[in-house]
Amino acid sequence: MKNDEAVFKALNDSTRRLILDEMAERHELTLYELSIRLISKHKLDMSRQAIAKHLALLDEADLVKSERKGKYRVLRYNSEPLKDLLSRWID
Amino acid sequence: MNIIVTSLFVEDQDKALAFYTETLGFEKKHDIPMGKFRWIALVSPENPEGTELLLEPNDHPASREYQQKIFAEGIPATMFGVSDIHAEYERLLDLGVQFSIEPTEMDTVTIAVFDDTCGNFIQIAQPK
Repeated sequence: MKNDEAVFKALNDSTRRLILDEMAERHELTLYELSIRLISKHKLDMSRQAIAKHLALLDEADLVKSERKGKYRVLRYNSEPLKDLLSRWID
Repeated sequence: MNIIVTSLFVEDQDKALAFYTETLGFEKKHDIPMGKFRWIALVSPENPEGTELLLEPNDHPASREYQQKIFAEGIPATMFGVSDIHAEYERLLDLGVQFSIEPTEMDTVTIAVFDDTCGNFIQIAQPK
């Protein structure tokens, strides 16, 4: 319940929804890969800092998990918060 | 004015020389002792008189921090051009190279990114 607000806040933005689209499509990706996909595929005019801010909101909602892989980090999509949220209204 | 050399910081010059020649297929053009380290310059067999790649020892705290921080985000340190990215991807996979991005179509290029095992991600690109 307490995460509902964070989830709705995270989803209430077209760029963040696009980030989730990209992440749901990929098993895992680096911040660099996410950046080039957003810029090249979706023609988003964005700085790395802007992408990082969007990711922070997605992270607060627990929709994105960041994992260490040796010396680098990968981002993973986590669908649990959405399943939890919707399961209350959808059988 | 020409771009005659471009440099890449590597954690270990011997390991880098082996990877960049044996695995990637570049050729050694210079290997000159310089104090504690060596001046190691490579060229592409496709263009022996072309731009040289300098394998530079990463011996400064600032360059080490730079290398580690861009690596952590998956940002490539440099980019090489290939004529057939899918063939190159398969060839390198067979040699045990780890890719962080498999061949991916972008606007004007297809790119892939791999770990050079010497502290860098390297991007390869095939123009469309």
